[in-house]
Amino acid sequence: MPKLTIDGQEIEVEAGITVLQACERAGVEIPRFCYHERLSIAGNCRMCLVEQEKAPKPIASCAMPVMEGMVIKTDTPLVKKARRGVMEFLLVNHPLDCPICDQGGECDLQDQAMAYGMDHGRYHENKRAVRDKYMGPLVKTIMTRCIHCTRCVRFATEVAGVEELGALGRGEHMEITTYLEKALASEVSANVIDLCPVGALTSRPYAFNARPWELRKTESVDVMDAVGAAIRVDTRGREVMRVLPRLNEDVNEEWISDKSRYACDGLKRQRLDRPYIRKDGKLVPASWGEALGAVAAKLKGTAPAKIAARVGDLADAESIFALKGLMASLGATNLECRQDGAHLPSASRGDYLFNTTIAGIEKADLCLIVGANPRWEAALVNTRLRKRYMMGGFKVAAIGPKLDLTYPVEMLGDGPSTLAAIADGSHPFAEKLKSAKVPMLILGMGALSRPDGAAVYALARKLGDACARDGWNGFNVLHTAASRVAALDLGFVPATQNPEAPEVVYLLGADELDLAKFGKAFVIYQGHHGDRGAHRADVILPGAAYTEKNGIYVNLEGRVQLGRLASTPPGEAREDWKIVRALSDALGKPLPFNTLEALRQKLVQAHPVFAPIGQVTPVASMPWSGSASAPSGGAFAYPIQNFYMTDPISRASATMAECTEAFVTGTAPMDANRGTGTHG
Amino acid sequence: MALQDKDRIFTNLYGFQDFRLAGARKRGDWDNTKAILDLGRDAIIQQMKDSGLRGRGGAGFSAGLKWSFMPKKSDGRPHYLVVNADEGEPGTCKDRDIMRHDPHKLVEGCLIASFAIGANACYIYIRGEFAREAENLQTAIDEAYAAGLIGKNACGSGWDFDLYLHRGAGAYICGEETALIESLEGKKGQPRLKPPFPAGAGLYGCPTTVNNVETIAVAPTILRRGPAWFAGIGRQNNTGTKVFCISGHVNKPCNVEEEMGIPLKEIIERHAGGVRGGWDNLLAIIPGGSSVPVLPKAICDTVLMDFDSLRAQRSGLGTAAVIVMDKSTDIVKAIARLSKFYMHESCGQCTPCREGTGWMWRVMERMVRGDADIAEIDMLQEVTTQIDGHTICALGDAAAWPIQGLIRHFRPEMERRIAERRGLKQAAE
Repeated sequence: MPKLTIDGQEIEVEAGITVLQACERAGVEIPRFCYHERLSIAGNCRMCLVEQEKAPKPIASCAMPVMEGMVIKTDTPLVKKARRGVMEFLLVNHPLDCPICDQGGECDLQDQAMAYGMDHGRYHENKRAVRDKYMGPLVKTIMTRCIHCTRCVRFATEVAGVEELGALGRGEHMEITTYLEKALASEVSANVIDLCPVGALTSRPYAFNARPWELRKTESVDVMDAVGAAIRVDTRGREVMRVLPRLNEDVNEEWISDKSRYACDGLKRQRLDRPYIRKDGKLVPASWGEALGAVAAKLKGTAPAKIAARVGDLADAESIFALKGLMASLGATNLECRQDGAHLPSASRGDYLFNTTIAGIEKADLCLIVGANPRWEAALVNTRLRKRYMMGGFKVAAIGPKLDLTYPVEMLGDGPSTLAAIADGSHPFAEKLKSAKVPMLILGMGALSRPDGAAVYALARKLGDACARDGWNGFNVLHTAASRVAALDLGFVPATQNPEAPEVVYLLGADELDLAKFGKAFVIYQGHHGDRGAHRADVILPGAAYTEKNGIYVNLEGRVQLGRLASTPPGEAREDWKIVRALSDALGKPLPFNTLEALRQKLVQAHPVFAPIGQVTPVASMPWSGSASAPSGGAFAYPIQNFYMTDPISRASATMAECTEAFVTGTAPMDANRGTGTHG
Repeated sequence: MALQDKDRIFTNLYGFQDFRLAGARKRGDWDNTKAILDLGRDAIIQQMKDSGLRGRGGAGFSAGLKWSFMPKKSDGRPHYLVVNADEGEPGTCKDRDIMRHDPHKLVEGCLIASFAIGANACYIYIRGEFAREAENLQTAIDEAYAAGLIGKNACGSGWDFDLYLHRGAGAYICGEETALIESLEGKKGQPRLKPPFPAGAGLYGCPTTVNNVETIAVAPTILRRGPAWFAGIGRQNNTGTKVFCISGHVNKPCNVEEEMGIPLKEIIERHAGGVRGGWDNLLAIIPGGSSVPVLPKAICDTVLMDFDSLRAQRSGLGTAAVIVMDKSTDIVKAIARLSKFYMHESCGQCTPCREGTGWMWRVMERMVRGDADIAEIDMLQEVTTQIDGHTICALGDAAAWPIQGLIRHFRPEMERRIAERRGLKQAAE
């Protein structure tokens, strides 16, 4: 533990950290632009220069490792002059367009110029102008503002794993570019916007929409996939203006996927803002009383065995719990939350969780991915896998159709036959799995949502059990739906094997179902978007989207997290648990709670796993005892065909539609709409 | 007390003899190289230290000391020697003549230096524009391989040694040792942060020593004739011989090997035929390549050509490229041209150099015309100090120093131009 003196204050820090980090520990702020904790050190902005005793020149604190007995000074005239000098250089070619810059109010350059810069400029020559680069439908570029910190380049290369950003030219003519002016083909590309310390890379959909100081900021969690990334929802009035990542080292570090960030414009379109009842084949607006009355009448008049309930991918735990209570009061047992038909057991939590946890990936040394494309199904799990790969000593193999996961993956085969071969030891990979110190297995919905899914699960589970080590449960299920783990925790699964064909179906935001299989059944749709479920519905009960309610979500690790209300539901739409509660009144079987707090109390009483917020209770590996018939199907197919449109919100989003055109269908030219920023 | 012919190392600097192996052997190269290698690593490094040889690439760091920084035992990573033959410093053309006319001195030096630092492989990074030089050097390498002088069991010493020639693509910054390493690795030539120094993590992350061509090429002769001989030439701490490149307003521009510490005036008068129009027609001299500060005639009269004497005059020996300017020179314009060069060659990685070199050049262009305020001279001076010492590599310093030298010695001329232009302006109004 080296000891050093920072501004006269002695401090002992762990070896291997940098002077800048040591200064932070000592409570001394060091200005910086290029330095970022999660990226490699570039040391190019020179803003973090400090004085080291006996060094002939000021040192770049971000790049200098601490050494025993160092004497660092950060408040000397030399340091002040160095900072002022660097600040001046950064500003000589920086445009004076702050009033029209979207970074205004949250600009590092602006802030640090105030703190460390001079009060006037001495540069009277012409400023440099740089042609803007096309970086796709999400990232807007005004490259004249670029200060060449290369954070974006390092992010793309190191974290996103797409080597599509770089610097061309040298000296004053150095320009950050995507080389071929192509959109940045990554699911996490928009994080470069947060990383950019200036207004060179800004959010294209959010351009000129709002100023940060007008926004109300609500800390919440994301529901676009099952990762449960920490987000901040920025609203103005009741409009969600943007979604930004929040720090959560265990889950998303500080990244979010492009879908999490940009699907929010879908919250404004296709919304169900009042109840509807289908009359003569047409949905006509109705009052809440009429709608609830119609639903209650139908439910009362139907045999419990003929009532079914389905939970969608975005449902919060409270509404699932309430709906389960309602169904129980009716005696209905045909419940299902696995819309995709995944053959996933729900008896024990360890059967369906991502047991290693996301952060735990960093401990693994071997990973077998079965029927999953983590890049699209859980983009942030994939960045974590890549992070582990970048640390070295990590091998990844996969079973399924060919994948590009941004790191090398050994494709072992494409279907259950390979899985069976590994399980019975005849495949050479079995030996690797056995000899690995910390192996992990990721089982995706692509392997389970098929007729022989149960057999595939049994095989994979057998291998997953073989990944168990002392205190390490290497079996992981990669969920794609934000509601899934909570619903399984709450036991929202059928009580009997072969339920009767339903006559009444209650859809709680369930849109990813094959609705045709319900035939002529009476469909009640409770949800927030006019999507597939609503089109088929006979009664529509308008609910709230994830930004419009306080709700509990459990991510794929089994981490219980709180989503918070950032704005109110539109029109007559209501929070979902309240709708179920009101319906229970209409049925004359009131549920035993009147407030969210009371509901949550009941929920935690019945399901204690919901008590610890934000934490994961590890589940020890328990050998699988289920039966194992031989799988019969062919190659696995990945569940997500279009990363950008997986749920009613993202399907309603214009931005996601643009992304689909740019990245998935390729119908939009990749270098469209190029401009200079002042082109009119 | 000029250098005697018997003490010259580069006896074919002018290419009057055969550059190939046969000719080189006649000049004493490859003469029992095995005996030198048999001295062992430590003895070679000690002798290099004793000789007082300071790096010839510009910084003047002790070569023996640099070699001693390499790990004594490999931790499993290979060691590398990288020879910096990216001679791009304006005014400098010594490495070029060494490689063109005496390449075997370099090849032999590569073997000895690599052996001394425990490297089995050496890369020579040669400036892309040096087409003929690369051909000759490759010829020499091929000959050495064919003669068993390098390759497996080089010179019968039991040391395996491979030598590769890599051609650069034309960037001044690739002459900076870490940028050179980056470029050699196939990346964009941008200097790396130090620490880690190349001796700890250089080429491909392995311990690496980067030396200038001349430094390596003189090593065999030093070891053959003994460190005492080399240390006996020149002055204390500035020992040995050095190839000087004299260009500009002299009657006979030339490369010449001379003793360190020779008076500047003497080397010009003796070897370059004197300043055009006589010594009194001298305006100023840049004594060590474009990046060191210019010296006015008054200092040139007496200054000695070595590291410490020139540093005492706030200039530097640099690459020993003597650029002579007589009184016909527009000194402000000359320095402005250098500023343009540095702006053009700045890699753009770090802020002060990227933004500062362009700024300085623009102000310098106005200074040439006198289109500025007197106060802007002080501002320019301050801008140079904001760059100098604040950058990742020394290019920032190199861009700042010529201007600092100009302001230090020729401020009256700059002020005169500003006043003159102001006068013209007022007259016009």
